[in-house]
Amino acid sequence: MAKKETMTINMGPQHPSTHGVLQLVLELDGEIVVDAVPHIGFLHRGVEKLAENRSYHRALPLTDRLDYLAPMSNNLGYVLAVEKLLGITELIPERAKVVRVMMAEITRIKSHLVWLATHALDIGAMTVFLYCFREREQIMDMYENISGARMTSNYFRVGGLSLDLPEGFEADVLSFINDMPGHLETYEGLLTGNKIWQKRTIGVAKIGGEDAIDIGLTGPVLRASGVDWDLRRDNPYSGYEDYDFKVITRDGCDTFDRYKNRLDEMRESCKIIHQALDKLQPGPIMADVPSVCLPAKKDVANSIEGLIHHFKIITEGFKPEPGEIYQGIEAPKGELGFYLISDGSANPFRMKIRPPSFVNLQALPQMVRGKMLADVVAAIGTLDIVLGEIDR
Amino acid sequence: MSQAVVAKLKSVFAASVLEVKEHRGEMTVTVKKEDIVAICQFLKDEAGYNFLCDLCGVDYLGQQPRFMVVYNLYNITTKERLRVKVPVAEEDAAVDTVSTVWTTANWPERECWDLMGISFNNHPDLRRILMPADWVGYPLRKDYPLQGPDRETYQGRLS
Repeated sequence: MAKKETMTINMGPQHPSTHGVLQLVLELDGEIVVDAVPHIGFLHRGVEKLAENRSYHRALPLTDRLDYLAPMSNNLGYVLAVEKLLGITELIPERAKVVRVMMAEITRIKSHLVWLATHALDIGAMTVFLYCFREREQIMDMYENISGARMTSNYFRVGGLSLDLPEGFEADVLSFINDMPGHLETYEGLLTGNKIWQKRTIGVAKIGGEDAIDIGLTGPVLRASGVDWDLRRDNPYSGYEDYDFKVITRDGCDTFDRYKNRLDEMRESCKIIHQALDKLQPGPIMADVPSVCLPAKKDVANSIEGLIHHFKIITEGFKPEPGEIYQGIEAPKGELGFYLISDGSANPFRMKIRPPSFVNLQALPQMVRGKMLADVVAAIGTLDIVLGEIDR
Repeated sequence: MSQAVVAKLKSVFAASVLEVKEHRGEMTVTVKKEDIVAICQFLKDEAGYNFLCDLCGVDYLGQQPRFMVVYNLYNITTKERLRVKVPVAEEDAAVDTVSTVWTTANWPERECWDLMGISFNNHPDLRRILMPADWVGYPLRKDYPLQGPDRETYQGRLS
């Protein structure tokens, strides 16, 4: 009778399929995973501490650097939280709300494209990666066009938007979303019926609905476990109640259904963007709350009053009345929440971020115990984690 | 609806509910820390708050008691939120874990211990999570310097 021993191996932090700097300590019995212990924090920058030492406007650029694959979603969560804290949610102009929804959905497609690209690459399908990044590049160009940056967009502002849409932007978006469903067909053609893809995903990393809620999963991962919950529909923000879209749920609880779910979500996003383009009317992009909102750039450049106004808001900031709020949004990866406490000063007294990836990663050991080592890679990919927001 | 839950909570745990506050339409209930596990179990089983969104510590330096542990709850059926807070004194900075009620509390509690120095009794795996294992101090406390320990205070401005 041979002695039975388990082996402990390190996966990461320098490992291509850990999507950043995640370290997993795996206990293996042959190729079977006995236990997996994630170690995180390699990218910890103390965003919450930094935010406590800056005014509300100045804390906004920090949020770009959380989930750096979906910066505008983070911006949106933060500005909505600050607006709620100030009680000016109702004053946001219609055009700003529509542009926010449009950009949030474009961001969702952007984030899902990176997920599909890297997930497929991890499992061994190289071609999809190249196609996805081709489409993502178009979104990067849109980002650059609208905000000047490809990744750290910092485009939304408390009270509205930093700039109006550039000329010809709507046409770019329209041509993109007209092409996107065809591209999705291409990805599906490469993967869905592919025997290897099916063997690597169907029945892999299963987690049931009850367990998923208990461990705190949110977003597409939760919806693929049969739980019908989407904050865009259930606690609408930024005018999502006026859009017609489906919340995609599936009951397979496995990697394949999560893959199908995310692809369908991209199709729904295209529909939402279409509706947003129809709704888009000329109008103001900043709320009329001079004590909070930054003046338009042309006023800052051309009038002394505008310059003083800008200077005062940047140097002194604004002081929300004491209180605390929580604002959750449906980010591409799940529920992104900002819990803000104001003590009546110009800096947030406490800003707690609820990053979806952090909570979702917690489910990883549960998903891979007793499974094959190769499935760990599939499980990390299907959870769609970004270490930037896990470590903050 | 969440008002009804708060009223029910007040009647069942009359001695534990310290304060009820509403701000911008969100309910916050402050309760005694001794009963937090019983209250969370009650909110989960009887009031349907089956989802723990977030858990964090807050440092009110200079006030007594110094810390608050905040639980942001969500009811997936009725789509409502409720916030529960427990005051924690500096001398006895420990709260019973709620990871027995919601498994998801495990990592946020570790984070709270790591960054705020509030420990959780009966926690299954209370280790540092974001900071290195041998780190000294709790970075999110208000008396912890922004630039980190053993470094000169930053003289410039944060911009």
